[in-house]
Amino acid sequence: MRTWPGNGTHQVPYWVYTDPDIYAGELRKVFGGKSWNYVGLEAEIPEPGNFKRTKVGETSVIVVRGKDGEINVLKNQCAHRGLEICRQDYGTRRTFQCPYHQWTYRLDGALSGVPFIRGVNGHGGMPEDFEREDHNLQRLAVTTRHGAIFASEAADMESLEDYLGPKMLVLFDRVFDGRPLRILGVSRQRIPGNWKLMFENIKDPYHASLLHVFLVTFGLFRADNPSRTEMDSTGRHSALISRRSTNLAPNTATQEMASFHEKLELHDKRLLDIVKEFPDSATVVMQTIWPNLIVQQQANTLATRQIVPVGPEAFDLVWTFFGYEDDDEAMRARRLRHANLMGPAGFVSLDDSEVMDLAQRGIHCDESGQALVEMGGRGTEDHDHIVTETAIRAFYSYYRSAMGL
Amino acid sequence: MTALEDWQLRAEIEALYARGAELLDEGPISAWPSLFTEDGSYKAVTRENVDQGWALALMLCESRAAIEDRVYAIEHLSLTIPRRTRHLTSGLRIAADGSGWRVEANFAVFETLAGAQTVCFAAGLYRDKVVRDADGVLRFLERTAVSDSALIRNSLVIPL
Repeated sequence: MRTWPGNGTHQVPYWVYTDPDIYAGELRKVFGGKSWNYVGLEAEIPEPGNFKRTKVGETSVIVVRGKDGEINVLKNQCAHRGLEICRQDYGTRRTFQCPYHQWTYRLDGALSGVPFIRGVNGHGGMPEDFEREDHNLQRLAVTTRHGAIFASEAADMESLEDYLGPKMLVLFDRVFDGRPLRILGVSRQRIPGNWKLMFENIKDPYHASLLHVFLVTFGLFRADNPSRTEMDSTGRHSALISRRSTNLAPNTATQEMASFHEKLELHDKRLLDIVKEFPDSATVVMQTIWPNLIVQQQANTLATRQIVPVGPEAFDLVWTFFGYEDDDEAMRARRLRHANLMGPAGFVSLDDSEVMDLAQRGIHCDESGQALVEMGGRGTEDHDHIVTETAIRAFYSYYRSAMGL
Repeated sequence: MTALEDWQLRAEIEALYARGAELLDEGPISAWPSLFTEDGSYKAVTRENVDQGWALALMLCESRAAIEDRVYAIEHLSLTIPRRTRHLTSGLRIAADGSGWRVEANFAVFETLAGAQTVCFAAGLYRDKVVRDADGVLRFLERTAVSDSALIRNSLVIPL
């Protein structure tokens, strides 16, 4: 049993990123616990029978639109011998059939067919008391909001609206405003670091002014921009809200940003032909939603980033870029172009995936060390700036209670 | 075209592909954009997105200028762990297409991070359009690298 050092969360022990027992606890209590896990967008499976395969924690699930149009999230595991029955990431089916003994399931997970259930020529067959309805695919609880789909292994989940809380709900609805979404595509990368490093990265806006030359130089996200760092009442969700500088001239803040290149100019300026599209003045909102979702709005690129843990020392980051059905062709082209900022080759996010690799290398064999998380104090309150690690402290405050640490 | 002209064209296209790999692997990468026409485009995409009919690219450069921006970022802006790549190209298929040629070829890209073993980073298909530019040199009007795997090993730094 591990003991968290001290009372607060301004120090984070390195064993939370490496210990297999901690990781096993996370699969059970974080991803498998009382959490709404993001599993996809409705626009990925628009028609009845459309499905996608994804994961809740490490558990493979099928997200499928049933004949009635309702969305089911089913454990991708045959009730007979446990095989993964769906072997494609996207597709369309009327039923799911296990290849081994051809047990067949309806789109709502109900077991509809068992070959040789009454035997062959009087031989074999299932026992008299075998009931098909006792052997359906396991169903997860499902909720949707404005096109985003969430699932939970817990049966007694609060509503998504209560789960997000009023402050985070407003920001969620800013991007997911009810307009039909249009998928632009998916990017996937396996990052050799603990999954929590991804949340820390987004909950730490202070690094962005130092690490990301691209953001800093073009004023997309800078410590001297008007900004806020906000959490829900539990601290598990957070948002960074900022406005692009129009004055890009050097100042006292940029003097400390070694990455600031005043003279840099793009050869193809279309990369940053940003159009205002939301009613408020924010130009970037990065929202993190416990336990596995980041909602990204930077310039005109919109994406969900789904965190899928792969053991204690790696995770898959699945980016789903999208726009709205009512985007015109120019906006669609702009979103695809702005997507260069993000993803596995992103002008901005590339720095992050490399840094997370370095972080995991650094802490990999340090049993007793701890990270220092004291920028902006030791508390967990909201801040009206981004020179702070308060959202990381708030995250670990909730994490400690969820994990019993 | 005569058989000899076909053979000469093939040799010239193969030289363009070899030069492309050389500039990405051995450098100078800053010269790589010069293999594209001024209105030339470069895209790295995954088979998954192609199959789903989704236009998203891992890298999308819609002009030589955008390719220059990407190369500048690789050399000067991005924080990356030092690495070396090795691009292997094989099985060129060349078909005349209007003012140029549609060229398909298989590729494999090996990646070696500092201090680590070499791994196969990506394999896939080039779907390109090659044209003879105003100065008589063959260049890419379009180069699309389609990666077989959708899952990138951490970061895509050097173009496929």
